[in-house]
Amino acid sequence: MSVGLEVENLNMNFGGIVVARDINFDLRPGDRKALIGPNGAGKTTFANLLTGILTPSSGTIRLDGQDIGHLKESRRVKAGVAKTFQITTLFKRMSVRENIRLPVLERRGESRNWFGRADANAEVEDEIDTLLTQFNLQPSAEVQVQDLAYGQQRLVEMALTLALKPRILILDEPSAGVPSSDSHVVTEAIERLPEDLSVLIIEHDMKLVFKVANTIVVLVDGAILTEGTPAEISKDQQVRDLYLGARHGR
Amino acid sequence: MSVLSSILVDGFSYGMILFMISVGLSVTMGLMRVINLAHGGFALLGGAAAHWLTTIAGIGYFIAVPLAVLLTVAIAIAMERVLYRKIYYFSELQQVLATIGITFLIIASVNYSFGSTILAIKVPDVFRTSIDLGFRTLPVHRLVVIVAGLLIAAGLYFMLERTRFGIQLRAAVDNRDMAASLGINTVRIYALSFGLGAGLAALGGILGAELLPVEAYYPLRYMVLFLVVVAVGGLGSIAGSFFAAIALGIIDTAARYIVPEYGTIFFFIAMMLVLTLRPRGLLGRE
Amino acid sequence: MTKSISTSRVGNNAAMGLALDVLLISAGIAAYFLFPDNLGFLTRVLIMIIMVLSLDLVLGYAGIATLGHAALFGTGAYAAGLFAVYISGDPLLGLGVGAAAGGVIAFFSGLILMRAHGLTLLMLSIAVAQVLQEIVNKERPVTGGSDGLQGIDMDPVLGIFAFDFFGRTGYWYALIVLFVVFFFLKIVVASPFGLAARGIQESAPRMRAIGTPVYWRLVGIYTLAGAVAGIAGALSAQVTELVSLDALGFTLSAEALIMLILGGLGRLYGAFFGTIIFMTVHHTAASIDPFNWLFVIGALVLLVVYFVPEGLLGLPEKLRKHLRWGG
Repeated sequence: MSVGLEVENLNMNFGGIVVARDINFDLRPGDRKALIGPNGAGKTTFANLLTGILTPSSGTIRLDGQDIGHLKESRRVKAGVAKTFQITTLFKRMSVRENIRLPVLERRGESRNWFGRADANAEVEDEIDTLLTQFNLQPSAEVQVQDLAYGQQRLVEMALTLALKPRILILDEPSAGVPSSDSHVVTEAIERLPEDLSVLIIEHDMKLVFKVANTIVVLVDGAILTEGTPAEISKDQQVRDLYLGARHGR
Repeated sequence: MSVLSSILVDGFSYGMILFMISVGLSVTMGLMRVINLAHGGFALLGGAAAHWLTTIAGIGYFIAVPLAVLLTVAIAIAMERVLYRKIYYFSELQQVLATIGITFLIIASVNYSFGSTILAIKVPDVFRTSIDLGFRTLPVHRLVVIVAGLLIAAGLYFMLERTRFGIQLRAAVDNRDMAASLGINTVRIYALSFGLGAGLAALGGILGAELLPVEAYYPLRYMVLFLVVVAVGGLGSIAGSFFAAIALGIIDTAARYIVPEYGTIFFFIAMMLVLTLRPRGLLGRE
Repeated sequence: MTKSISTSRVGNNAAMGLALDVLLISAGIAAYFLFPDNLGFLTRVLIMIIMVLSLDLVLGYAGIATLGHAALFGTGAYAAGLFAVYISGDPLLGLGVGAAAGGVIAFFSGLILMRAHGLTLLMLSIAVAQVLQEIVNKERPVTGGSDGLQGIDMDPVLGIFAFDFFGRTGYWYALIVLFVVFFFLKIVVASPFGLAARGIQESAPRMRAIGTPVYWRLVGIYTLAGAVAGIAGALSAQVTELVSLDALGFTLSAEALIMLILGGLGRLYGAFFGTIIFMTVHHTAASIDPFNWLFVIGALVLLVVYFVPEGLLGLPEKLRKHLRWGG
C-alpha cells in the first residue's frame, strides 16, 4: 500500500474553461512541497479539488491507496486532508482558545454533545494548550480573534487547522496580508510543523517558498509545467521566463 | 370552460394588482438591498388618501386618484430621506425590525385618522357596469385594473430600456459600487425609484381596493403576499415580478374557485416549491 | 494579558451569571405577591420568555434569521390543546406532547429552511407558519378554525394543584417550567453543541472546513428550538384553556423577534429583559389607549433599531469599549 496523497490525471472544466489539466501529483509523509505559478494558474482550484470544495471532471485522488475523490468536504477532513484559508474566515468574535477548541471538539466527535461544558474536558484543554504554545499564542489565548494583528490571525488559522490532526496539510497563501516585518513569524511556524506531516504550500512570497519547501511544483494554465528542488527550479529557464523572470525584471 | 376563463381573467387582474404593489418593493430590494416590510404601507396610504378625497372631500375619482398617488410619493420621498437612508446600511435583521416599526407607525397613523373600519373609495358609476366579452361579462373596474397593470408594465419596460434613468437604474441594481464610481448619482436614483415604487403601490392599493380592502391593518395583513411575489420573481427583476404576480394571482384564484376550503395554501406551496428549487426566484440573478 | 487574569474574568462572569439567575428567580417570585391582580398578564410574559429563549437559540446562537417562529409555538399549542380535549387533561403529559410536536414540525420544516439564507429563508419561514395556519383554519371541525380551539379542560398539575380562576396555579406552573427550560438551555449553549452553533454563525464555511456537517447541525438546533417553542405554546394552551389562530400568526413571530432584539441576542438573559419590557409597554399602552398603542410600539422598535441595535444587554459592553478606546 502506498502512503500519502496521490493524484492521477486530474481534470476539471469550468463552463468550457479548463482549470485543471491532466494533473499528476503526489505528497508523501514529511514532504514540504510548494505550489507556485502566476495568478490564475489554477492553484486555489487545485487545492479546492484536493479538499473536496470542488469536484473534478475526471481523475482520481487517493489517500493511502483509498479513493477519496467522491468524499464531501467534511468527510475528507475526517479522512485527514485539511486546508487553511487564503482569506481568513476565523471565528472573529470568539477567543483564540475557542477558535481552536471548535476543531478539537469536532475531531473528537464531541460537537454533537448537548450536555457537559465545552470547556471542561481536560484532554481537550491540554491539546489546545499544546497548540497555543507551539504557535506562541498562549499570551493572547483569551483575546478575541478580531482584535489580533494579521500575522497572529495567520497563526490561529494554522493552529486551528492543525487541531484537526491532518496528515495532509494544505496552506493556502499563509503569508497573505501579513506585513513583511512579521513574515518570519509565519516562516518559523511552518518550520515547526510536525516532521511526518505532508505539507503543500501555495504561496506568492518566493522568499518564504525557498526557505521552507524542499520541492517546488510550477503550475501554469491548470497544468504542471515542471517539478523540482528549489535549486533546480531557480535554474530552470522555462520557469525563469515565465514566472521568476517577470520578478527579476522589476 | 366558463370556470377556466373566469379563473384566468380574475387571476390575471388579481396578478396585476399584486404586480403594481410589489414591483416597487422588488426594485427597492434589488437596488438598495433593503427588506422593506413597510412597503404595503404605501398602498394603504394611497388607499386612505383616495378614501378621504373621494368620500370626505368629495373630489372626483379621476382627480382624486392622481392626487392620492402624488401625496403618497411625497410622503415616501420624505421617509426615504429621514428613515430609509440609514436603513440601507443596516444588517438584514435590523432592516426587518426597522421596517416592522415603520409599518406599525403607518398603521397607527391611519387608525388614528380614520379608525379601523374598511375605507371605501367612491368609484365612478361606470366602473360598476359590465361589458360583454362574448364568453362572459367583465366588470369595467376589473378591466381598468388589467389595462392599468399592462400599461404600467409596458411603461416600466420602456423606461428601463430606453431612458437614461432606466439605464442608470439597471446599472445600479447590477452593481451599485460600480455605478457610483461611473459617476451615477445613486442617491438620486435611490430616492426616485423609491418614490416611483411607492407611487405604484399607492395606485395598486387604490385600484385593488375591491380585492384587498383598504383598512388600517392592510400593510400587516398583506405584507407576506407582496414579499412572496418579490421573492418568487427574483429581487430587482421587474419582469420577474410581473410573471410571478400573474402566476401567483392565477394559482390563488384557481384555488379559490376549485378548492375554496383550502384558502391560500396553494399560493404558499407554490412559493415554497419555487424557492426550494430556485432560491433566488424565477428571474433572479445568480 | 496572562492566563490567571483571564480565568478570573471568566470567574467573574460566572459569578455575575449566578447573581443574575438568583435575581431573576426572586423577581419571578416577588411579582406574584406584588401584582396579584395581574397574574394572567404575568403568566403570558413568562410563556413569551420561553418562546423568545427558543428564538434566541436559533437566531442569537446559530444566526438563523427566521420570521416564522410562531409555526413552532402554534404547533405546540394546538398539539397540547387537542391532546387535552381528546386524550388526556394531564398538564405535564401535554407539555411533552407540545414539545414533541414543536420538535417534529421544526425538524421537517428545518429540512427545507436550513438550506436557505437571507430573504429566501425569511420568506420560507413565513410560508411554513402561514400554511400551518391555513390548515388549522380549514380543519374547523377538529381545531375550531377561526373561533379557536375550545373545550380544553386541564387536570390538576401532578394531580394536586388545580388550575384556579385567578391564575395562581398557572403562574407557578409557568414560572417553574420557564426556569427548568432556562437552565436546560444554559447547559446546552455552554456545551460543545452550543459552541458549534456559535461557530456556524461566525463562519459556516470554516465549520465545514473543520469537518462539521453544518446543515445537519442547523437542523438539530432548529429542532431543539422547536421543542422549546412547542413547550411555550403548550403552556399557553393549558393556562388560557384556549388556542387561537394567532398562535400561528405573523404578528407573534415579529413580536418575538422584536423582544429578542430589544433585550439583546445570544445571551439568553436578553429574552427576559426584552420580553418583560416589550410586553409591559404593550400592556400599559394598550390599557391607556386601546386604539393607538401601536404608535408606542412602533416608536419603541425604531428607537431600539436606530439607537441600541445590540439590545439593552449589549449596552454595558458598548460603554466599556467606548471607555477603553476613549481612555
